[in-house]
Amino acid sequence: MPEARHRGRSAAPGFAAGRVVALRAAEGARRVGGDPAGEAAALRAAMAKAAAELTALAAGAADDAAGILGFQLALLEDDALSAPAFAAIVDGTPADVAWQDALDDEIAGYRSAEDETFRARAADLGDLRDRVLVQLNGADGTAVAPPVAPGSIVAAADLPPSRFLAIDWRAGGAVLLSEGSRNSHVAMLARARGVPMIVGLGIDPCRFAGEALVDATGGELVLDPAPATRAAFEARRRSHEIDAAETASRVGEPAATADGVAVAVHINVAGPDELASLSPAICDGIGLVRTEFLFAGEGLPDEETQYRVYRRLTEWAAGKPVTIRTLDAGGDKPIAGLTAVGESNPFLGVRGIRLSLAHPEIFTVQLRALARAACHGALRIMLPMVTVPEELEAARALLDVTVAALKAAGVPATRPPIGIMVEVPAAALAVERFDAAFFSIGSNDLTQYVTAAGRDIAAVADLANPLNPAVLRLIRMVAEHGRACGREVSLCGDAGGDPEAVGALLAAGLRSLSVAPAALAATKAAIGQIDLGRRADSAAGKGR
Amino acid sequence: MSVTETSVVASALLTNEVGLHARPAVKLTQLAKSFAATVELALEVDGPWVDAKSPVRIMRVKAAKGALLHFRASGSDADAAVGALVDLVVRGFDEDAGEGADHA
Repeated sequence: MPEARHRGRSAAPGFAAGRVVALRAAEGARRVGGDPAGEAAALRAAMAKAAAELTALAAGAADDAAGILGFQLALLEDDALSAPAFAAIVDGTPADVAWQDALDDEIAGYRSAEDETFRARAADLGDLRDRVLVQLNGADGTAVAPPVAPGSIVAAADLPPSRFLAIDWRAGGAVLLSEGSRNSHVAMLARARGVPMIVGLGIDPCRFAGEALVDATGGELVLDPAPATRAAFEARRRSHEIDAAETASRVGEPAATADGVAVAVHINVAGPDELASLSPAICDGIGLVRTEFLFAGEGLPDEETQYRVYRRLTEWAAGKPVTIRTLDAGGDKPIAGLTAVGESNPFLGVRGIRLSLAHPEIFTVQLRALARAACHGALRIMLPMVTVPEELEAARALLDVTVAALKAAGVPATRPPIGIMVEVPAAALAVERFDAAFFSIGSNDLTQYVTAAGRDIAAVADLANPLNPAVLRLIRMVAEHGRACGREVSLCGDAGGDPEAVGALLAAGLRSLSVAPAALAATKAAIGQIDLGRRADSAAGKGR
Repeated sequence: MSVTETSVVASALLTNEVGLHARPAVKLTQLAKSFAATVELALEVDGPWVDAKSPVRIMRVKAAKGALLHFRASGSDADAAVGALVDLVVRGFDEDAGEGADHA
């Protein structure tokens, strides 16, 4: 095969080389589900086949491997493992979805463990999950999703976040999508985990095959490269690695522009396990905790579960601010049994604070856990999708009642400051109407609402540009309001972690950003390259 | 699962390096299952108590080295069950230190 070059958009920077594993479209599709009795029988049969497979493997295995397989078998044969799946099937969930959800939930418990050895057991559960899924999906002869080997270069039309998360990326690898968007959740996950990703390659996924050189920083893919191309690629990769190491070595230094303007850089966190290898010294706090991960499992998390996680995050930060966003479900983040089904446009529907205020019994549990955790550090509450001041006031009133009830019951609690996300144009345009303790610009949603370009729609990805002057003008308005009234204005969308966007954001008046941990070093380095004084001069020179 | 007035309680210190992990958890549940009694385990005397015959539930406890494991049992052979489990923990689950078992 002659060398073939393809261009796409960089969704997560980095380099990778190796064989491409193409996930066929059929593998993204679910098997066709039947009635609950049939689904339960299908799951039981698949579990039995997976158990037989493990037994056969264990029979021929060395002692240590047999121990691992025996452990997996013991878990698989324990009703406690499958009980949530069978319960979900009774409620009408297809067998594969029910099993995957139940196991993902169990795996999340392992991943959140403090102990390294225990966390490592998550892989054994992941293997169990996949073995049963392969049996389930293969039962009727349809395509089967093979487990993807660690370090693979995975190619597909698009990739659901769950599929991405099921792959072990610690050994490297990359993601190539013929469709996709750099604003999708899978792209956010890839950036957070440092997995190189190119989206919008626009070629038939079937043509992803053979050896690949992935330059996800430049957005270029080379299939079946010639030796000279490979050598040039390796040289480029080495030079980027040297730059990255240089940048990473300075991550602990506070960020400031070339002309000495200090910029606070916080991190966005989607779960406590992301903090395991991070020191709070490298950032100015946590600018966004996405609490949706707590709601990803079977059933809603109770107050104690939430409290423990919030407390751990707060204690990790050792006195630095920890901004925890209340549940931001809805839109492209549905939660079974909670978010509305069948909305014609979920991004304009019951999501964020709208959903929380519609379910005060669920919202109160989260507020109780937050108020209790606030005793352990500088916790702040952030409300998503606020459109009108009444939503902020309703949430504040509920928080006041909640804190009072906790104190009356003798439970230690503190009333944390309450701020809002600015992501709805109505909030940005009339920001002075909101009596919030702080403002955090959600540039992803603000951009999609201002440009009327959906964040998950590849065909309009170029329109959904956070550097659109209209978006920047709104950011400037919010930043100026914050400065005038002495309230912090930050930005926690992806634009903050995009080195090419940082200059425009600082020029718009922002002095605080929150980015994915993997983007922290590059963001600080990008800030250091910016000369705000010269930027202002050149803007004035253009007569603006 | 409720344990009533006939329960037998005892505790033992977890000393093996990797805590109550994969292979120890399997050994513990297999031993527990060899008794007719209801057997439960907890990290605190006042619970929460979990079924010591369920490896999934035992793993959820995430007991680390140095944890004090409490056992309680009720039923005809409750005494023998608690005694055997405490003995297993005290013996360090018969795991040889430094063996590959730590990875299981």
